[in-house]
Amino acid sequence: MTTDQVILWQWKFISLNYTIIYTWGVMIFLTIFSALITRNLSEDINMSRWQNLLEIIVFGIENQIMEISLQNPRKYISFIGTLFIFISISNLLIIIPGYYPPTASLSTTAALALCVFVAVPVYGISEIGFIGYLKNYTRPSVFNLPFNIIGDISRTLALAVRLFGNIMSGNKVVAIMLSIAPLIFPVFIQLLGILTGLVQAYIFAVLAMVYIASATRIQRKT
Amino acid sequence: MGDISLIGVVSIIMAGLTIAVGSIAPALGEAKAVAQALQSMAQQPDEANTIARNLFVGLAMIESTAIYCLVVSMILIFANPFWNYVIAQAAK
Repeated sequence: MTTDQVILWQWKFISLNYTIIYTWGVMIFLTIFSALITRNLSEDINMSRWQNLLEIIVFGIENQIMEISLQNPRKYISFIGTLFIFISISNLLIIIPGYYPPTASLSTTAALALCVFVAVPVYGISEIGFIGYLKNYTRPSVFNLPFNIIGDISRTLALAVRLFGNIMSGNKVVAIMLSIAPLIFPVFIQLLGILTGLVQAYIFAVLAMVYIASATRIQRKT
Repeated sequence: MGDISLIGVVSIIMAGLTIAVGSIAPALGEAKAVAQALQSMAQQPDEANTIARNLFVGLAMIESTAIYCLVVSMILIFANPFWNYVIAQAAK
């Protein structure tokens, strides 16, 4: 059903499947790409076009974070920017034949959602303190405590399943179209898949930022 | 009708029903949200960026109910635990 089940190499209980290989592939690609560009940066106006590309991406993400959280974006860009770039690149690379997006497997998306689940209290505690963060759970009244806890867990589940469902269903529809009308139509479905992949990456990053912003915002007593 | 065919029939019918019924409400909800957002954008073009961003986030929230239905019907078709159990029992 997923790329988890295509096992390339196995030794005792360690096995390499497509998900692990393509995840590491995307990571190595991103790392080498950025390392090569940032090796010689220039501060004046005569910069390389690749540096210009990276600056556009970073400034775009910074602006979005600033508009959503109304705080200094430098604290969050390392986490939110990494989420957005990793998910969007791993979704966009489906234009390469033979590539299966690692986000079409529930294990990858669950790991990303768990990162958000851990990052929210970490940022919240570092920003407003342990007591202040715990007090957030009892707003607007003490009776909301169980609902806030349930909400924390269910939104993590929703993050994981939403990304997984969108990407996996895109792949499935392409496979079904290949068996029905294999000439041109799968190309259009894949174009739609690229669009939804980018939108889902954006939504994942924005939702993570919204959750972090709601945990770090200092609540005024009314 | 034995256990195997009964489970197969019920799984297939329920997979279709799940995605059919489960996509009605999110479709109506998304239509309402998009219509309202377009109207607001027409009235206040300056706020189009903010409205579009919040629209995307809201659409993702609404859409996730449909995605849950899709995942359930996919599980029923491709990775049905009851079907696997019955097949394993029959093989013994």
